[in-house]
Amino acid sequence: MFKKFSVKEDVTGHTQVKSSVQRAIRAKILEQYKEGIEGIIDDVMPKKTPLILMRCHEHINLIVMNNEVLFFNHFDGPYFPTLRLLHKYPNMLPRLQVDRGAIKFVMAGANIMCPGLTSKGARMDVSVPADSVVAITAEGKHEILAVGTTKMSTDDIKRINKNIGVETAHYLNDCLWKTVVDI
Amino acid sequence: MADSPDAPSSEHVQPREITYCGFCSLPPEYCEFGPTLEKCKQWLSKHDKVTYAILYNTLEDHLAAATLGEDKPEEDKKKAKEAAKIEKQMQKKMQSKVLIKRIERTKRKCVTSVFGLENFDVDLKKAAKLFANKFACGSSVTKNNQGNDEIVVQGDVSDEIFDLILEHWPIVPEDNIDLIEDKKKGK
Ligand SMILES: [Zn+2]
Repeated sequence: MFKKFSVKEDVTGHTQVKSSVQRAIRAKILEQYKEGIEGIIDDVMPKKTPLILMRCHEHINLIVMNNEVLFFNHFDGPYFPTLRLLHKYPNMLPRLQVDRGAIKFVMAGANIMCPGLTSKGARMDVSVPADSVVAITAEGKHEILAVGTTKMSTDDIKRINKNIGVETAHYLNDCLWKTVVDI
Repeated sequence: MADSPDAPSSEHVQPREITYCGFCSLPPEYCEFGPTLEKCKQWLSKHDKVTYAILYNTLEDHLAAATLGEDKPEEDKKKAKEAAKIEKQMQKKMQSKVLIKRIERTKRKCVTSVFGLENFDVDLKKAAKLFANKFACGSSVTKNNQGNDEIVVQGDVSDEIFDLILEHWPIVPEDNIDLIEDKKKGK
C-alpha cells in the first residue's frame, strides 16, 4: 500500500473532521480492536484533540492527530494502526512471528507466504480467522516489523502451508514509515 | 525493550518509549536490514552504548557465521551500492543552491523571491507563512516560468530572509545561499 507514497503527491486534502465523524471513527476502531484498545483509546485518541482526516490517492485515508499518523484504512475497510503507534502499544493486535529469512522480503514490500510463518524460526501462538488485522514480529527481534491482514485463518496457514498467508499493508521503512506529517 | 509485553488487558497501559536509529529511523535492531548499516552503527555507538553492545557484539558473530557459507559478497555489493546512492543524493542536496532574488517592480517597490528551498525538504507553504508572519507582509508560493515553485515576499527583505533561513533550517549551508539583485536600471 505504501511502497510508493509521498505527502506532497498523494495526499489530496486534509480536513479536521466534525466531532460526530470523530466519534464514529473512534467507535469503529473500538469495535474492531475491542480489548486490544479499550484501555488505551483515551491516550491514543483523546476525545478533545482535533482529528485530521487526510485523504490520499487510491482511496487511502490517514487518521492524524498532533501531526502523528495513528491509523490508516482503504475505502471503508478496517483501520490499521501505524507501526509507530504499534511500537508504543504492541498489545493492540494479535502477533504472528516470521522467521529471520523473511525479514528482508517483508521490508521490500512482499506479502508474507505461509512457509515464512510455519518454519522453525516462526511462531503463531494465537489463532485468528481469515481477514484479521495482525502485527508481524520477527525471529530474534523485539519490535513489530509490519502490519497486515490474514488471507486465511492461522489454522489454514499451518494446514495448507503455501501461498500468501498475510497480506502486508505497512512495513518498516516503507513510505508511510518515512512520512512526516506537518499540518 | 527486552522483556516481552504482557498479555492484553483493559487496565491502563503506558506507552512504551522507543528510541529509533538517528540515521535511518528504524528501530536499531532492524538497521542491519537497511542500506546504511555502517553509518547506523556509528550513530548507535555514540548515542546508545548499551543497545550497541547488545545488538552488535552478538550480531557480529551471527553475520560472520552467515558469511561463511552463503552468497554474502553479492549482498554486500548491493548494500554498498545503495549506500553510495544515498550518499550521492546527500551530496546533490548539499550542492543545490538557494537563490534569494530582489526584483524591482517600480522605482521604489520590489519583491524578494526565494528559490530552491524545496531541495532541502522545506515545506514551502510553511516557509511562506513564516516569512509573512516575520515581516508582516504578503508572502506566497507561486510557480515561476519554469514551472518550479518559489516563494515571493513583498518588499525588500533579502538580508532578513538570509538570516532567517540560516536560523530556521540549519541544514541549508550558508555558502549555498546566493543573494541576487535584479535591477531594471541603476538608481
Ligand atoms: Zn539505522
